[in-house]
Amino acid sequence: MIASGVQGQLPDEQRIVITGIGLTAPNGNSLAEYRDSLLHGRSGVSPYEIRYVGPTLAGICNFDARRHQARKDLRRGTRAGSIGVYCANEAVADAGIDWENLDKNGIGVYVGVTEHGNVETENEVYELKGYDYDTSFWSHHHNPRTVANNPAGEIALNMGITGPHYTIGAACAAGNAGLIQGAQMLRLAECDIAICGGVSESIHTFGIFASFKSQGALAEHEDPTKASRPFDLHRNGIVVSEGGCLYVVERLSDAKRRSARIYGELIGYAINTDATDFVLPNPERQAECVQAALRRARLNPNDIDIVSNHATGTSSGDIQECAALRRVFEGCDNTLFNNTKSFIGHCMGAAGALELTGNLGAFDDGVCHATINVDELDPECRLPGLVTNEPREKGGVTYILNNSFGMLGINSAVIIKKM
Amino acid sequence: MTPAEIRDEIVDILSDIAPDEDLSDLKDDVAFREQLELDSMDFLDIVMELRKRHRIQIPEEDYNHLASMQSTVDYLTPHMKDMQPS
Repeated sequence: MIASGVQGQLPDEQRIVITGIGLTAPNGNSLAEYRDSLLHGRSGVSPYEIRYVGPTLAGICNFDARRHQARKDLRRGTRAGSIGVYCANEAVADAGIDWENLDKNGIGVYVGVTEHGNVETENEVYELKGYDYDTSFWSHHHNPRTVANNPAGEIALNMGITGPHYTIGAACAAGNAGLIQGAQMLRLAECDIAICGGVSESIHTFGIFASFKSQGALAEHEDPTKASRPFDLHRNGIVVSEGGCLYVVERLSDAKRRSARIYGELIGYAINTDATDFVLPNPERQAECVQAALRRARLNPNDIDIVSNHATGTSSGDIQECAALRRVFEGCDNTLFNNTKSFIGHCMGAAGALELTGNLGAFDDGVCHATINVDELDPECRLPGLVTNEPREKGGVTYILNNSFGMLGINSAVIIKKM
Repeated sequence: MTPAEIRDEIVDILSDIAPDEDLSDLKDDVAFREQLELDSMDFLDIVMELRKRHRIQIPEEDYNHLASMQSTVDYLTPHMKDMQPS
């Protein structure tokens, strides 16, 4: 199995590296802006209102959608598509690829999504109500907006990409899953460049807010910037956010050939399944997932410098993940733990990729960004190396592990090595 | 609505459907597609907007009447002559 090979012994054609990053997060629209926000405690959560649910909180992105799209394309497409188009174009520009002379058949687009189509369907039903549910007023744009491949397809349309494109539905593990898919397709030579990661437009569907609220898992706080508070004893749920993060990923041999700047190498990954509950996590399976990623990377737990947690700020989820991490990282004095959702809320399909990317800057600056809003640590969320409220100087950072878990028991972990 | 008012209405609809286009020097006797970046989904948008704004049902076999501004206004005038501008 290629995926479980010894990375050091793999030929460069099988080694997968990140060479470009494009993102929009609630607290930054570029890698530099985003990293700066994470190191300086700037939250991206703000007041928000959505039909039927009313006033609530959300992480809202304010990227310049017109930078890469005409107004007509914005009108016709979806928010997820627009986020994807922005991130993909920014990632390609960041990678410094000679785009004009690139064979567009060799580019694959693999976009992780938690869900897609809810926003567009809700909007249509809402409109239709004004026409007494006469379906002759139902938009002909509904199907192209709601097909599951929409965000990836809009990227391909916008950029003239003629290789494969599709989305990967993986609940809140989707950002990691998109990156893993891209890596796998590169190793199989199905493409030469993968644009991959995850996007989310979820703040535009009332259903996700209403469902979390009914579940008792929607965050509330008088200060929006303090609402997302994983590991804090007084956490009360998830802040729903939109966002996107797409990578340009290549085989190391290709990246070397064009002297590309390399953010890091994907040296290990794993996806597994709890098979125990629709929503409740299973720490045993989560631990096994992390251990499988470590095994594939041929690393010991103590080799990992930073573990980027998935924790969402729910009462049970955070405790379960901490239990899984204690199981794997017991006695690992070298390893620090943090959480990016405390700044940006839960970016759903984009969460995994954004949270990994928020930590990649540590390869250069040696700093582990904090988990903010931990005023009173839940004793059940104690992790020896948990970095709370203020960033911590780590010194050399070589390995980062990023967890992303999701409903229906999907778990994922990726490990990135500094090059 | 007079033919001039119907024309104004179509321009208003087009400005929604094709917001990047300059409609100020639209030639009425030249096909929309020769002057504007419009595809079949855009023409369906015109049909839908007329349905939503004025409850006009345009059968599919009549879509060819929407080729240019002049042919559109000619086609719509008998349907809209008793309506008020929206």
